[in-house]
Amino acid sequence: MDGMSADTSRTPGTPGDPQSSRWYDADAGPVVRPYAMTRGRTSSASRHRLDLIAIVMPEPAADDPGRDQMLSPEHVEIIELCSEMPQSIAELAAGLDLPVGVVRVLVGDLVEDELVHVTRPVPPAELPDVNILREVINGLRAL
Amino acid sequence: MAFGRSSRNRRPVEPVTLKILVAGGFGVGKTTLVGAVSEIRPLRTEEMLSEAGRPVDDLDGVEAKTTTTVAMDFGRITLREDLVLYLFGTPGQDRFWFLWDELAQGALGAVVLADTRRLEDCFAAVDYFERREIPFAVAVNCFEGADRFPTETVQAALDLDPQVPVLMCDARDRSSVRDVLVAVVEHAVARVDRLREPVTT
Ligand SMILES: Nc1nc2c(ncn2[C@@H]2O[C@H](COP(=O)(O)OP(=O)(O)O)[C@@H](O)[C@H]2O)c(=O)[nH]1
Ligand SMILES: [Mg+2]
Repeated sequence: MDGMSADTSRTPGTPGDPQSSRWYDADAGPVVRPYAMTRGRTSSASRHRLDLIAIVMPEPAADDPGRDQMLSPEHVEIIELCSEMPQSIAELAAGLDLPVGVVRVLVGDLVEDELVHVTRPVPPAELPDVNILREVINGLRAL
Repeated sequence: MAFGRSSRNRRPVEPVTLKILVAGGFGVGKTTLVGAVSEIRPLRTEEMLSEAGRPVDDLDGVEAKTTTTVAMDFGRITLREDLVLYLFGTPGQDRFWFLWDELAQGALGAVVLADTRRLEDCFAAVDYFERREIPFAVAVNCFEGADRFPTETVQAALDLDPQVPVLMCDARDRSSVRDVLVAVVEHAVARVDRLREPVTT
């Protein structure tokens, strides 16, 4: 896969190029170096892609005080956050200030270690449950 | 509490989570809208992009040399202990459609925020949700100084399906945003009802 790194011609946001600057709004973040945190591991194909709103729930084993030595600080932080309050992948990413992709890998590790489990949101192809939608409407009206 | 076994067993309730997307041009008020109803200050999460332009889930140390991150704003509304709605502001630019795909997966619906002074900024979003058959409502964010148009004018200008709700809103105002969200979900219910019509109850 050589040649990939040589291609800088499409680097976005080249000054003076009005076309390219359009691609990024002010919300686009900085260019960052890759994360070493996951030690270059890829998220295994067997794992389903964790949805942004999948909730990470602690398993009883997450209370085991001996666990910490085997886990990275980021793993431990995830366990602590979701033990305080179960929260979504997106919230964990925001709380840890890590990209979603990294959090997915880390949570995947914890799932494999049976320290947490993850709720599965509604399968995308299915029509949503109307009863749930009505409950959402009621909940919103009560805001 | 009626949900599950909320015994001494310390197991927290597993909430059902749903999401609504908030799309529209840059500066139209997406983040403002999310903040107006979210119980948490809008959070920001980032997705890494490789130069090839797709999300990097594969964090291969060799190939992931330069990555860019794109921020997504989101907020949370806990409707009940076991029912949580997330709002996601879509990253503003068309180029990030693949992030929209990820966000749109399983979304119950969407809000397209529009500004009548630059209505064309929301064309891409309207197109996107129409094509993927994601129920959406158009909310016209009424900035001061912008001309007010009847909703029919907006509907015609955007060439919307007559069923698509069009509302005037103030993205800073909680009850105004709540009404927009209710319109989206009601529209989603109506759509499911239509699709299920032949089924007897
Ligand atoms: N006057 C007025 N200003 C607004 C309204 N909604 C948003 N703004 C302002 O418009 C700017 C852009 O809003 P923002 O939510 O960041 O837009 P985004 O790029 O779509 O997320 C901010 O300075 C907001 O305070 C509105 O309804 N009325
Ligand atoms: Mg914004």
